[in-house]
Amino acid sequence: MTPRRQRMLLIGFALAGMAVAVTFMVRAFNENLLYFFSPSQVAAGEAPSRVFRLGGLVIEHSFKQEPGSLTVHFVLSDLVHEIPVTYTGVLPDLFREGQGIVARGALDASGTFVAEEVLAKHDEKYMPPEVADALAKARETVAE
Amino acid sequence: MIPELGQFALILAFCLALVQAVLPIAGAAVGKREWMALARPAAAGQFVFVAIAFGVLVYAFLSDDFSVLFVAQHSNTALPTFYKFAATWGGHEGSLLFWITVLAIWTVAVVAGSRSQPQEFSSRVLGVLGIVSAGIMAFALFASNPFTRLSPTPFNGADLNPLLQDPGMVIHPPSLYGGYVGMAVPFAFAVAALLTGRLDKNWARWTRPWTVLAWVWLTCGITLGSGWAYYELGWGGWWAWDPVENSSFMPWLMATALLHSLAVTERRGIFKSWTVLLAIAGFSLSLLGTFLTRSPVLVSVHAFASDPARGMFILGLLGFFSGGGLLLYALRASKLEAEGGFKLLSRETFLLANNILLVIAALVVLWGTLTPVFVDALAHKKVSVGTPWFDLYFLLPTLPLALFLGAGMHSTWKITAGAPLVQRLMWPAALAVAAGIAIPVMLFDKTSLLTIVAAAIGLWVCATALLEPVSRLVRRHAAPLTRAQLGMYLAHLGVGVFILGVTFVSAYTVEKDVALRPGDRAEIGGYEVLLRDVRPVTGPNYTAQEGEFELRRNGRLVTVMKSQQRLYPVQQTELTEAAIDTRIGRDVIIALSKDLGAGAWAVRIHVKPGIRFLWLGSLLMALGGLLAVTDRRYRQPVRASSVVEATAKPAATGT
Repeated sequence: MTPRRQRMLLIGFALAGMAVAVTFMVRAFNENLLYFFSPSQVAAGEAPSRVFRLGGLVIEHSFKQEPGSLTVHFVLSDLVHEIPVTYTGVLPDLFREGQGIVARGALDASGTFVAEEVLAKHDEKYMPPEVADALAKARETVAE
Repeated sequence: MIPELGQFALILAFCLALVQAVLPIAGAAVGKREWMALARPAAAGQFVFVAIAFGVLVYAFLSDDFSVLFVAQHSNTALPTFYKFAATWGGHEGSLLFWITVLAIWTVAVVAGSRSQPQEFSSRVLGVLGIVSAGIMAFALFASNPFTRLSPTPFNGADLNPLLQDPGMVIHPPSLYGGYVGMAVPFAFAVAALLTGRLDKNWARWTRPWTVLAWVWLTCGITLGSGWAYYELGWGGWWAWDPVENSSFMPWLMATALLHSLAVTERRGIFKSWTVLLAIAGFSLSLLGTFLTRSPVLVSVHAFASDPARGMFILGLLGFFSGGGLLLYALRASKLEAEGGFKLLSRETFLLANNILLVIAALVVLWGTLTPVFVDALAHKKVSVGTPWFDLYFLLPTLPLALFLGAGMHSTWKITAGAPLVQRLMWPAALAVAAGIAIPVMLFDKTSLLTIVAAAIGLWVCATALLEPVSRLVRRHAAPLTRAQLGMYLAHLGVGVFILGVTFVSAYTVEKDVALRPGDRAEIGGYEVLLRDVRPVTGPNYTAQEGEFELRRNGRLVTVMKSQQRLYPVQQTELTEAAIDTRIGRDVIIALSKDLGAGAWAVRIHVKPGIRFLWLGSLLMALGGLLAVTDRRYRQPVRASSVVEATAKPAATGT
């Protein structure tokens, strides 16, 4: 094989490999995307039946601990709509009332969000960007 | 007064960086030796003034000078001195200054190592480093000044984020930055080669040790970060495909590809385009990583909107360096001629496969990291990419990569005879398959095909890496391996050990959240955990509840572990200090969390087999790199060829 043909062959292999990889990637990618919804969007029925992420502020005095158990109940709000949440497990250190959090889970039949995981991200404002955005949007819709 | 001194030093350093950026390159272009000669003193002077500026910021932290905004935001009088020092890079502005400082150190090192290189070339390298330095300094001075004053001066500072108050904060960022910034050196060498229009084996020999050094720093930095997350932040999570983690991993993948491509360029004078492109891509991803890690701008479009000056500056710098590098490549690529060919079965082919697969792996990570940013910007939807996607699609290129690695180590340059290669590798392959099935089946209750395949591949890499050193040891009179070869085998052994670690951690981690009252027991992964009691304790700047646990196996006490739930009063932040019991084969982690009422406490327990192999593998990789850098051929200046070039130069430039 001449060096030139050899190079073309290698480049061909590389491109074919990449094309296959990209096709598979993109296909599986969409199934693994977790969409974020605000309480207002959930209240408007926009949330899917599968797992998604819900974010908002933990309403003051809404946090209820089942004594001696890992199950907790609290209410997430974007200050327009409220969604009740239950979670069983260890909460992150940064979880507290009044703070913005994001939870991953799904809605049950009664409209309660059953969280599999609760994330409280630490930044200066105690506010995940998604939640800040949701709050801003909710405020806009009320103003209109 | 003193902070202004730091500001002034930074401005002077910026001016010197401009001199270093413009004159040596211009001098090399028009053949003015006195302009080229400015590169070294400008770099040295820049280092001095950057060091002064950095020292002033450190002093401001140590002396609690809260009139400096950055200090007021990230420190507090109650903060231990250790962490006051580390807080210097605990925020965006300070870490930019730290970036600049590290670059100045690398530049001085390049100056020291460039004696044997032709002046025309080394002045271009230093010139490019000057451009990089001037760009980042402009960003610091005009959009992220660490010395901005705050008036009126607050009585106390806002304290360093408690998550960052960890020994990890003192060593992880410097190490990671050492790697990020170190990638500027191969970038500068690549751009200088494009400017010169000559990229030969000598060039690769000069560039390779710098690349390996930057790679070693990056390897250590990522490992330390992962370890820190494991101990402090993630409660046993060692990797979460978080954007910040990914942004350090992408340059690492590119640097790994680059140092393999450089090996081919140094030995065979081919793969030149690859090498140059990888150097440019590696540095671009390092810059992207710097900004992703330390500034919210690229994570959220809204942060971009709230501070457009910074965002534009960052995009401008990224565009300038990667765009400029690529443009130069497009103009000069035709000069990069291959000095030979190779057959399909040869070491070159294996290294090409390595390059392609590593680049694919980096693209997978890049895609998963940046898609949420673009979806947000274009469709105004918030999405995140699930970890399972990363896990799966990262494996697709990397498992074949590890397979090729084992064979590639034993192939020869130009052409490899197939039959002897197969014969040589038959036993390692058989051993890997047998042990890959036996170990998961014998040591654990359940297993899966992926676990067996991954374990076999990990063992295959270990066995093939050990084959040559061990057989030389057995045949006593055989010639000893050079340090470069030994380093290569050691680093590849590290890859194998790392794969084994990842395999067992991923397949056999058990994790459980439980509610325990003092005296209660929990069963997990063959262990029994008993909560003895919980009592209050006090630390220097926090108060805590401390839980004391007994870890038992088959009724026998293994150890007693103590975990704390801390409260830092200044920021009103709670933080869990997990307890970890380490054995070679597994870790047990116990984290005491919140008071659940009715006398019970939330407790999270993990059992993680194989996690030590993961760190050990990374350590071996870094050690292998260090060993390879100290190889004889890098310690000796390339005399013969530099003489040739030195005599050739007057003819070339004297017109």
